[in-house]
Amino acid sequence: MRLDSGGLIDRTRPLGFAFDMVGVRGYAGDTVASALLAKGVRLVGRSFKYHRPRGIMTAGPEEPNALIEVREGSQRTPNVRATVQEAFDGLDVRSQNAWPSLGFDLMAVNDVLAPFFGAGFYYKTFMWPPAWWERVYEPLIRRAAGLGRLSGQHDEGRCEKAWAFCDLLVIGAGPAGLAAALAAAHAGADVILAEQDFRLGGRLLADRQEVAGMPAAEWVAATQAELAALPNVRLMPRTAVFGAYDDGVFGALERVGLHLADPPADLPRECVWRIVARQAILAAGALERPVAFPGNDRPGVMLASAVRAYANRWAVAAGRAVAVFTTCDSGRAAAEDLVAAGVNVVQVIDARADASAICSAPLLRGAVVTATRGRRGLRAIRLRDPGGPERWIEADCLAVAGGWTPTVHLACHRNNRPLWREDIAAFVPAPGAVPGMTAAGAVNGHATTAACLADGQAAARAALDALGRRAPDLALPPAEDGPRSARPLWAVDAPGRAWLDFANDVTTKDVRLAAAEGYASVEHMKRYTTQGMAPDQGRNSNLGALAVLAQATGQTIPGTGTTTYRPPFVPVPIAALGAGGRGKGFAPERLPASHAASLARGAPMLEAGLWYRPAWFPRPGEATWRDSCDREVAMVRGAVGVCDVSTLGKIDIQGPDAGRLLDLVYTGTFSTLPVGRVRYGLMLREDGFVMDDGTSARLAPDHFVMTTTTAAAGQVMRHLEFVTQGLRPDLDVRVISVTEQWAQMAAAGPLARRLVASVLDGPLDLGFMGCAAVGVMGVPGRVFRISFSGEEGYEIAVPAGRGAALFRDLCARAETLGGGPYGLEALNVLRIEKGFVTHAEINGRVTAFDLGLQGMCKAGDFIGKAAAARPGLTGPAREQLVGLCPADPATAIGAGAHLFAPGARIHRETDEGHVTSACYSPTLGSHIGLGFLRDGRARVGQEVRLVDHLRKVDVPCLVTSPVFHDPEGGRMRG
Amino acid sequence: MRIPCPLCGPRDRREFTYMGADDFLRRPAADAPAEAWDAYLHLRDNPAGATRDLWFHEAGCQAWIVVSRDTVTHEIAGAALAGEGRDAT
Repeated sequence: MRLDSGGLIDRTRPLGFAFDMVGVRGYAGDTVASALLAKGVRLVGRSFKYHRPRGIMTAGPEEPNALIEVREGSQRTPNVRATVQEAFDGLDVRSQNAWPSLGFDLMAVNDVLAPFFGAGFYYKTFMWPPAWWERVYEPLIRRAAGLGRLSGQHDEGRCEKAWAFCDLLVIGAGPAGLAAALAAAHAGADVILAEQDFRLGGRLLADRQEVAGMPAAEWVAATQAELAALPNVRLMPRTAVFGAYDDGVFGALERVGLHLADPPADLPRECVWRIVARQAILAAGALERPVAFPGNDRPGVMLASAVRAYANRWAVAAGRAVAVFTTCDSGRAAAEDLVAAGVNVVQVIDARADASAICSAPLLRGAVVTATRGRRGLRAIRLRDPGGPERWIEADCLAVAGGWTPTVHLACHRNNRPLWREDIAAFVPAPGAVPGMTAAGAVNGHATTAACLADGQAAARAALDALGRRAPDLALPPAEDGPRSARPLWAVDAPGRAWLDFANDVTTKDVRLAAAEGYASVEHMKRYTTQGMAPDQGRNSNLGALAVLAQATGQTIPGTGTTTYRPPFVPVPIAALGAGGRGKGFAPERLPASHAASLARGAPMLEAGLWYRPAWFPRPGEATWRDSCDREVAMVRGAVGVCDVSTLGKIDIQGPDAGRLLDLVYTGTFSTLPVGRVRYGLMLREDGFVMDDGTSARLAPDHFVMTTTTAAAGQVMRHLEFVTQGLRPDLDVRVISVTEQWAQMAAAGPLARRLVASVLDGPLDLGFMGCAAVGVMGVPGRVFRISFSGEEGYEIAVPAGRGAALFRDLCARAETLGGGPYGLEALNVLRIEKGFVTHAEINGRVTAFDLGLQGMCKAGDFIGKAAAARPGLTGPAREQLVGLCPADPATAIGAGAHLFAPGARIHRETDEGHVTSACYSPTLGSHIGLGFLRDGRARVGQEVRLVDHLRKVDVPCLVTSPVFHDPEGGRMRG
Repeated sequence: MRIPCPLCGPRDRREFTYMGADDFLRRPAADAPAEAWDAYLHLRDNPAGATRDLWFHEAGCQAWIVVSRDTVTHEIAGAALAGEGRDAT
């Protein structure tokens, strides 16, 4: 019911939204919860286990009951708290966890069966017979379980990730946070003030009080304006800090577009902030806690602080006849506020016999609530007071004040435990728990506005000291003060189910049962009963459950201890955490210079890491990829082919000690390589296994250019930096990646020399493995005579910007010679025919000996030399690189097939090797493969059995040399 | 986690690639006994407390650095360029 006046809502801006298809009216400034209460809606959800009717209990993000779905389709967002979601025109929200409807929920049968569903029910019941688990129990439980539904569609909602840096992060904009921010801001520090609410102020908005002689909300507005005017202050409303991490890093979730009726298309829904703060102040406040008494879960039973907030901030009476049940002075203050706001308070029940007798409503002292009535909403409560027999009184709202629990979570995220304070019956943050973070205000157990303002300012002073700044002399505004009394009452001693965890339906009986059955440690009790494991993560129930457990086990509360506090403090959508990491954001494209030309020729693309490389270049009349690939292989072997090899890693190495560096990282010797020559190099890891291979060319005495494989470019670069910086800082040499700076085109085939000569500005006079700096069509370039195909081959390097033109020109010229471009498939066939290895062979478990390249290992030191000589890394027991030809040349063999001795049992233990690469060789007219076979080099000419259970291949193969084509290398050398 | 790169200042750990203990800076001589190579390659302490390890500022200045940190408190005592830190104990 909306009160006639008051509240921080804009009555000039009415709005309407739908809750379960029913229209609800509200005003700007309303949350979904406040508008629902104004309409008199009390039943808003169903509990998780018993599907009990549930109503709005709180006025903040700690809400356990009022979880709703917002938006539809791919934008559907479940488990939004109605107490957080701002109402706007046209908003469409739905209740959760009820079927067929909220009012008539079939699963509510669970409530009738509740005597059977005690703590540990699942563990005890779904044990036998074991075979039933998968087919009966699990599907049943899955259907019943879960809160909210996902849309089942790709989440197209935009989220963002962002960084922020500041001197001081103030978490929470209640009185302590505002005072702290004000002091730090006037000291000139860069301040970020983060507040989960859409409005700054905290309890100052919810309680009827004055600060600095004006209504608290006005003081908040003035302070906010003052802060906003300062250039060194960043106000971040709607931003919940969810984690405190190492070195002053905080995670925060900002609701950016979720509260807007018509957000711009490019506005993110939510943003995950990583805030790096030199100092932080935790002013997260405290949450009021409920009291466990029978029937305390009915819609209409609310926290007194929430009833007070709805009256003062939203001008909503949560009931027509409100009773207040309190154990502390703040509940009494709430009652006074409600009366002042015009709410009908029918009874105040103070559990303390010695509490103040001054009250604006009928008062009972030393009394408790022992039962409630009302199926879908509270109708009456039963009172027990010392003066007479228990009796019922009518009330449709019961405001419960059980004391305050400081929100210590962020102070405990680094595995610190909070400290128990007996005087306020609550845990507070341990000082210094998070380096650089100071707690201030209600989170430290302060109960009055004046104390919170003072504590906030003191915390700011401490933070400014640490920052080396002088705190300004700011007077504290006068505010409400005085002693506060609170006496904990965890559970009323009366028969009936008394709830602790409202979302997960955990009662005092469940906790006692857990203790009785041996789950007496707080971590065990939590998991056995599921207390604290609902979306509210035990905000409303942890301390109560702890107290009941302590009582059941005869321990103290601090002796029982708390469960572990872990981030995130508020639920963070995966979509927000992974913002930017979808599609091309996850795997960006790297495109070689020839990309557009390849696409124009209709080439399909293969992904090689992040690179896109043409697979083959189809021509008219070619039906399958094999037609194109076979033609391209024959073209290279018979005429000339052109291939963009820019994806290979290229590393520029310069300095007087460049040769000595290469001697250290390669198995071979490079310091003796003459200028103008190229050498093949094998690079080992220090553990003796092959890391990568490639060529290095000496362009000048102190200048080499190294190529790596496409896959290992980053790893090799990292390795070279490690060797030059960490192992041999004495070497006068520098390395830098130039992969992006140079485009490199390979031309291979008997006509390659003619083709290459036609694009060079000077004469082409290179022997095999020669290199030269040369003009290429007017651009300074480089030519290397190297071959990855077994034919006479050249690679022409030009500055990356000229790569596309060079590729087009080379292709056009090659076509006049009966050649053309070839793709990755043909490149692979060409290198398999020639026995050249790639990372299919160099898979991290292979040594130089395995590859038959032990002859390339020099006598002097190089990285990996010592470890490669270890026993077991050489010898006949090693699986060695061989070629494989199926007995029937038409039988396709594939990589991954395993090799066995003829006649051997096909079994893991008799496995003698496997195939790493395979293809159809048009040159040989046969399928061929490369693979590793135990003692393979000694078995050339013998037969092995190749078995591939996946492809249903079982064929005898001839073991051959890995070099099928031109073993003498005459074609390559020209 | 913020790593104080000696060249770039404190940067987020996402910019760095982790390698392992700074033992890798003390490569044995080529003719060192097998035990020395075994220790270099495989034997690592697992300290609860102070440790020194190698990070590569891959998304930054490409410096290899030695970070001194505490595995219990997560406190980072400092960082040095690998070439300068290799002789430290």
